[in-house]
This record gives sequence, C-alpha cells and structure tokens, in this order.
Amino acid sequence: MNWKRASIAAAAGVPLIALLGFGLTRDPKVIPSPLPGREAPDFALRVFAPGDTASAPDATTASALADTIRLAALRGEVVVLNFWASWCAGCGVEHQALVSVARRYEGQGVRFVGVLYNDTLEPALRWIRRMGGQNYPSLQDDGSRTAIDYGLYGVPETFIIGPDGRVAYKHAGPVTEQLLIEKIEALRSAGTAPAAGS
Amino acid sequence: MTRYLGVDAISIALAVSLFGMVAAVLGVRRNSDRLIQASFAAMYTTFALLTVATVAMVYGLVTHDFSISYVSQVGSRSTPLFYTVISLWGALEGSILFWAWVLAMYGAAVVWLNRRHPGPLIPYTAATMLAVSIFFGILLRGPANPFREVFPVPLDGPGPNPLLQNHPLMGVHPPLLYLGYVGLTVPFAFAVGASLSGQLGSSEWLRLSRRWTLVSWMFLTAAIIAGMWWSYEVLGWGGYWAWDPVENASFMPWLTATAFLHSAILQERRGMLKLWNLNLIVATFVLTILGTFLTRSGVLSSVHAFTTGTIGYYFLAFIAVVILFAFALVAGNTESLRTRGNLDAVLSRDTIFLLNNLFLTAFTFTVLLGTLYPLVAEAIRGVKVSVGAPFFNKMTLPLCASLLFLMGVGPALPWRRATTEQAKRKLTLPTISAVVVAIISIALGTRAPYAVLAFAFGAFALTANLGEYALAVNARRRTHPESYLLALARLIRGNQRRYGGYLAHIGVVITAVAIAASSAFRSEYDATVRPGQVMNAGSFDVRLDQLWARDEPHRTVVGATLTILRGGQPVGEMQPRTNFYASQEDPVPTPAVRSRPAGDLYINLMAFAEDGSSATLRVIVEPLVPWIWFGGGVICMGALVSMLPGARRRREAEMPQLEEVPEYAA
Amino acid sequence: MTMRTPATGRPERTGLSSGLGWIGRALLLIVLVTSVVMLCAPRAQGQDAAVSPPGTNPELDAQVRKLSAELRCPVCQGLSLADSPSELSQEMKSVVRAQLAAGKSPDEVKAYFVGRYGEWILLEPKARGWNVLVYALPLLLVLAGLAGVFFLARRWTLAGAGSRE
Repeated sequence: MNWKRASIAAAAGVPLIALLGFGLTRDPKVIPSPLPGREAPDFALRVFAPGDTASAPDATTASALADTIRLAALRGEVVVLNFWASWCAGCGVEHQALVSVARRYEGQGVRFVGVLYNDTLEPALRWIRRMGGQNYPSLQDDGSRTAIDYGLYGVPETFIIGPDGRVAYKHAGPVTEQLLIEKIEALRSAGTAPAAGS
Repeated sequence: MTRYLGVDAISIALAVSLFGMVAAVLGVRRNSDRLIQASFAAMYTTFALLTVATVAMVYGLVTHDFSISYVSQVGSRSTPLFYTVISLWGALEGSILFWAWVLAMYGAAVVWLNRRHPGPLIPYTAATMLAVSIFFGILLRGPANPFREVFPVPLDGPGPNPLLQNHPLMGVHPPLLYLGYVGLTVPFAFAVGASLSGQLGSSEWLRLSRRWTLVSWMFLTAAIIAGMWWSYEVLGWGGYWAWDPVENASFMPWLTATAFLHSAILQERRGMLKLWNLNLIVATFVLTILGTFLTRSGVLSSVHAFTTGTIGYYFLAFIAVVILFAFALVAGNTESLRTRGNLDAVLSRDTIFLLNNLFLTAFTFTVLLGTLYPLVAEAIRGVKVSVGAPFFNKMTLPLCASLLFLMGVGPALPWRRATTEQAKRKLTLPTISAVVVAIISIALGTRAPYAVLAFAFGAFALTANLGEYALAVNARRRTHPESYLLALARLIRGNQRRYGGYLAHIGVVITAVAIAASSAFRSEYDATVRPGQVMNAGSFDVRLDQLWARDEPHRTVVGATLTILRGGQPVGEMQPRTNFYASQEDPVPTPAVRSRPAGDLYINLMAFAEDGSSATLRVIVEPLVPWIWFGGGVICMGALVSMLPGARRRREAEMPQLEEVPEYAA
Repeated sequence: MTMRTPATGRPERTGLSSGLGWIGRALLLIVLVTSVVMLCAPRAQGQDAAVSPPGTNPELDAQVRKLSAELRCPVCQGLSLADSPSELSQEMKSVVRAQLAAGKSPDEVKAYFVGRYGEWILLEPKARGWNVLVYALPLLLVLAGLAGVFFLARRWTLAGAGSRE
C-alpha cells in the first residue's frame, strides 16, 4: 500500500461525498417557482361560488350568480390566490386559516380568491358547505389553463400578489394563519412601493 | 413474541458479525487457524440468525401481528396472502432486513465454497463481508428497525403501497434485484481480501471475482428486465424505461460489471489490465451503494423511492467510508499492479475488448453524470433542473450503436492477432446483412435514424455471433459424425464460457432491436367512447362492450370490457382496469396487454363516467415488446451456460496450483 | 516476431485502417445515410393520431408529440407530458397544441413553460452555462478514451512484439 497516493485519492472522493451530503439537505419535491417577483399572469374566470360571509352558498343559485373575476381589475389590492380541490386533503387542513385571515382583512384592500383545480362544481360546492362556507369567491378554471399559467404542481398552492400586480410569494401545501398574516403585512407595510420578490 | 425473536436475532447477529470480523483479522495476523475457523462459523451463524429474523418477519406479516411496527406499516387483513408475504420487501425497513439476509447468504456461501482455500484471502474476504453486514445490522437496530413495538396494537393496517400489490412481478423483481445487487459485494470483498493479503497481483482472486460477478450479473440482468416488465404492466404509460434515478441505479453497476466480465478475460489471458480490473470491481460496488443511497435517502425524486428518515445520514456515513476506502484501495495499489500491457496486433479481439471497456465506462459515466447533475446544478447554480429521457436517449444512442457494432466484430476476430483476410472473411456476411437490413428498413419507411442504426448493427452483431456457432458446428461435423444438434451441444460443452458469452450477445441484440422497434413504431390512440361504440387503433378496432365495477376486500376495481376487432372480425377480449385503494388518493391502473410475437396491444383505462356511460381509453400499439423480455431471458441463459460446472471446471482442476504469494501484513 | 498468415504467406501489418476496405466503408455508409435521412426527412412519424382534434393536422400532431416529450409532467416523477397519463399532462399538452397552432415556435412554447415552472420543466437541460458540462464531459471522455486506447494499443503492440522475440 502506498499511503500517500491512497490518501490523495481518498481526498478526491470528498467532493462526491459532499455532493451527496448536500443532497440530503434538499427536498427534491420542493421546486422553487420562477413567478415571485414577476407580473402575475392575468386571468378572467367565472365565479361558481360567490362566497357570502353569512351563509353557505347554495348550489341551485350558483349558476345564476355566475360572474367573472379578472385579476387585472384587482390591481392596487393585495390578492391571495388559493388553488384548491374537493379531493385534496391538504385543502381541508388550511381552509380555516384562509377563512379567518380573509375575515380579518375584510374591507382593508386584501382580496381572497379561490380557484378550483381539476374538479367538478357539484362536489366542490358540497365541499364548501361541509367546510362551513367560504367567505371569498371561488372560480372555475376550465382546462386548468390558469393553473398551468401559475405553474401549479398540485393543490393546495397559494400565491400572494402585491398591489403592483406582481407575485410576491408562493406557498406549496397548506398555509397557516401566521404565514398569511406575515406575508400580507409585509406587502401592506411596503405600501405602494414595488414589492420585492421573496 | 415474534417481535422479540426478530429483535434478538438481529442483535445477536450484529454481535456475532463483529466478533467474526475481529476473529478473521486476528486469525490471519496471529496465524491461528482456530480463530479463522471461528470467523467462518460466525459468518454461518450470522446467516442463520438473519434467516430467523426474516422468517420471524414473514411469520409476523402472515399472522397479522400488528404489534410489530413494520407489519402495522405495510400489513392489512384484507391483503391477499401472496402480497402479504412479498410486502417483506415492500417498504424501507423490510427491504433492509431482506438485504442483510441476502448479504449474509452470499457471505456464508463464499466462505463455505472456499473454506479449504489456504492463505489469508478467504478470512479477509469474510471479514469484509462481515463488515458490510455490520453496517446493515446497525441500520436494523437503529433507524430501520422493522421490529419496533407498537402499542396499543392496532386492529388492522393500511396494507402495502398499492403500486406494489398490483402485479405478481413484485414477487420476482425485488428478490432478483437484491440477489444481483448484493452479490456484487462479493467481488469487492475478494478485492479487499486480496489487497489485505498482498495478493492483488495473483490471478486467483480475480478468477473467483469473475465467477461471482457472473452470478450477480445474471441476477441483475434478470432483475432489470423484470423491473422493466413490471413498470410496463403497472404504471400505465406503456413504457418500460424512463431513466428514473432508481432505474439508473440498477443499470450503472450492470454496465461496469459487464465491462469487468470482459476485461477480466484479458487479465486471465494476458496478465494485463490488473489495475483497471480492480477499478471496475471497486466502481461496481461503490455504484451499488450509491444507488442504494439515492433510493433510500430521498435525495433524488423517483417513483420507486422509499420514504425517508434519518437513515439517509447513516447511509451517507457508510458511503463516505466506502468511497474513501475504495479510492484509497485502488490508488494505494497502483504501483504493485502496474502491468506492462502487451498486444500482438491492433487488429485482434483484445483490442475490441479494450474498446468495449471504453464504451461501457463512458456509458456508465454518462448515466452517472445525468443522474447526479440535478444535484450538481442545485449546488452550484441554485437552480433545479431535470435530466430525463430525451437527454439519456440522445447521449447514449451512439454508445449503444458502437457497442452493438463491437459485439459483432469481437467474436469474429481471433485472440491475439487477426489478419485482414480473416477479418474480411468473417465480417463479410455480417456486413451484407447490416446493409440489407438498413436498406429494407429505410425502404419500409423507418425514419427514426436510431432505429435504422439499431436494426443494421443488430443484424451485424446477430449474424456475427450466430456465424461463430455455425462455423464451429460445421468444423466439428467435418471431424465428428454427429447431428447438428449434438454437435452444437458438444461444442457448447467444450467451451461454455465462450459460447455462453455469444448467447448473451444474441440476447442483448434481441433486446436492443426490440427496444428500438417498440419506440420507433409505437403508435398511440386516445378516445372517449360509449358502450357499443368502436374506436380505431391502426389495424385494430376496439369496441367498448361494458363498464363494470366490483368490490374486493382491499380495493374497488373499475374495469372496461372491450372487444378487439381486426378487419371487422372479433379477435379477442381485453379488460383494462383501474383500482381504488382505501390507502391512496390516486387510483392505480391495471392496463390490459395482449401479447403476440409481432407486438403488444396495450390498453389503459384513463377515465370513465361514474354512471358507466363512457370510458376514455388509451390504446397503444407496441411492436416487438415481448421480444425485450425474451431477449432478457436469452442473456440470462447465456450467463447460465457460462457458469454451470462443465468442461471448464474439469480443465481448471487439472491446472497446476497457483503459487502462493508470500504474505505480508498490509 | 513474424507470424505467417495462411492466406497471404507474408507477415501481416498491424493496423485497423489497413485494408478492411469495403466492409468499413459499408458500415460507415449506413451511419452516414441514416444521418442524412435524419436531417432531411420531414418528421412525419408513423400514423400518430394525437388527442384533441384527432389526426386533423398530422404535422401539428407530430410537433406536439415531439415537444411534449421534452417537457416534464409536474405531477408525476420523471415522465414527460407525452408519456404521462395524468390529467394535468393532458391539459398541458393541449396548451402546447394551442400555442403551436397559434404560430408560436417550439422554443417560445418551451420558454412559456420555463417561465411558469422553472428550468425543472425541461427534461433535457439547455446546453448553456454550466449545463454544457453534462453534454461535454461524456463526449470528452469518449474522445480521450479513444485516443488513449489507440495510443496504448500501438505501444503495447510494439512492446509485445519486442518482448516475445
């Protein structure tokens, strides 16, 4: 055995080990979105659940209430855009957080909007009723075009869009009240100044 | 009860392995035969104890003993018995237990078969096997303990991962994979043993290593083919290879082991490439451990990846030790192994073997780089990138074509030296067949260049390898009055290694051509049909007769009954299904496959209306796919022919004993 | 050493290049012809009947197929949009089709998806910057290896000839 040579060669293995060790600290399932800091893709989608604060929406009147929400029309406000589905377990987990933060900021220039992903209206409306109502409107996204525009990997995913129309933050998986408030406050305190990408 | 039996067996096995390793090393140092014998006994005992633990686990699974953590994790009262038994390797902890057991089995087999072998080689080899066993023992007592206690005892469990209880091939693929993967520890152990006993220069350990590599290689080949088949039959996209990190992990050691099987012959014949062969053995082992690390630690995302935990760090530590040790082993021995190569002529089979090794190494490197590059990119650029099928297909195609070509040239050229006349004579027919096949396939409308190349070079290699059989049989029949069949049998028996090798080549060609054809001529048809309606799929028509649903204890099955029509005439019935498991959100498809020699008709039920009024079907016509599996079988046959005891063993027995190299402590 | 070959009766020269004549040329021709076919032939692949407007525009179908084989399905692991049976992939494929039909070039369509999903969506990394490594290193290895084998084979041939006399 030539120990000098051996130790030099062994040292050559260190970068590979370091790379693997680095890999252990990363989660391959978390893929950063390129959207934060960029203009939020615009959409104009039909409302299928108007989201009354007082009472749960009624399935029979849903189509009569059909209206369109256009993102560009909400410029100047903070928009919390939440993708969800009735078949998604994580959506049930975060529902309460979304509803209560939406209530907290009612009328303060913060708009909550839900977008239904890969689901049909009937089970979706049933889900809203079962969850005890939703105090913000949910939109239907035929062909998942808006979901693809936002680079959706799954549900739930939440985008927070600043008053300047740029995506400030994206969160994959269930959100918490604390997280929402923190991000919304950051945008509000930044005022009308352009939000930095996070 | 069962739980304690399992835990204790593992604990004792760990202690015994530790003792055995120390005994082996001390035994050689002190020249004590009793200690060496004790270490051998420790190897057998480890195997026996891990057998007890494995049987205890199977017993726990079968008796639904939910107080055992692993059983409560993968067991379920409603799972059929077969899938209950094979869920032994369906999740992390069980697969580690199974791994450790296979490893101990190999260790015991190596020691038993070589127990009379004099010198320090076998004790050191046993010590290495035991050292690896110790690592797995630690895993089984630490982060991957399958026998943890669950209290309160649940009444039922979730059952195995639905993907893993959907096809009987799950009972075949993993054991083959472990037999192949774990078996590659043996050549490494021999290499370490030879190094520690200062015998790296001798050919003894190399011969042993090659034989054990061949055994593992055969299992690994079978495992890879079975895995392709499984994913084809279960995942529902109609493909069999996605260059997924786990697939790559099993493929890379296969490539280096293939290279070693060839280059070891050069060392045996010419005494050259000693250092290179050591490199290949070490690389093969490191790649198996690397592959295991990648699949068990969740570093790379993969369909097949197991759930993760702290086990990643244990593996990292182990792999660090292995890499440092292996690199040092190779580098520390460079001088003693430096051999002067000699060749008689550039135009010879020897040179072809060198090229074969070059391309196989480049192939391995390409796959390794592509597999690890997402990590590299994230480390240096902070960006997540993907390296997938388009990359691998593009990069490895020229390598595949070159290897097919060499597979034809190699057998045609004699060892040592070929004359151009010889080469011309032997390569004429293969070349003509390559040209003819290329012309025919272009004329018939093959536009994918890789397919034309695969067909042409496939024909080249096939003709060359068959030609070797034909020439030798004819030559034999000129001197022996025998029937063709008998002449062939005697011929093979006379040189099993050579003709087994050719047979394996033929299998590789069959597989390669089938893969090329099935991807070049694959056609897909999607349609949503109502009952009674017919959709067209090339030369087939598919009629939806009925959509049905049925409840089974562990799942709900929705299926479509289809009639396959050809020219308006019904030729068969197919039933693609979708299975809904309580434990999983997404349904698991069971595509229907109709296999004929010309190819498969593959139908997946993509979606259906809940009231049974319509079904969305994807119909894929996949030419020649069954030949992929058949080719895999031929490769394994070839390996089997090469290694079964026969004429070669007898010849070796007559060979004079190799001189013992004086030993010194390393 | 001189080994006489039965066929010619004179010492053979070593060297692969010398006089394998038409065999080498024929095989090379196959490679060349297929490369030419690859470059020239319009990419009409088999009888693809693609999804939405089935087979109305085979050229567009082929383009969609090719492009969606290069984009990664976000909800599966490692499969392309073309291979994935998932619903999102189907929708993404129809986005690909719509954009191509609207006159976007394949690169523009890719850029759209990269803008939404990041580079991760490309199954084949763009050969730019550091990514060049992943293409160049294997190529360099093969070239260096070929040179090495050639060099060694020559040296060893001489050594072999010298040592055995």
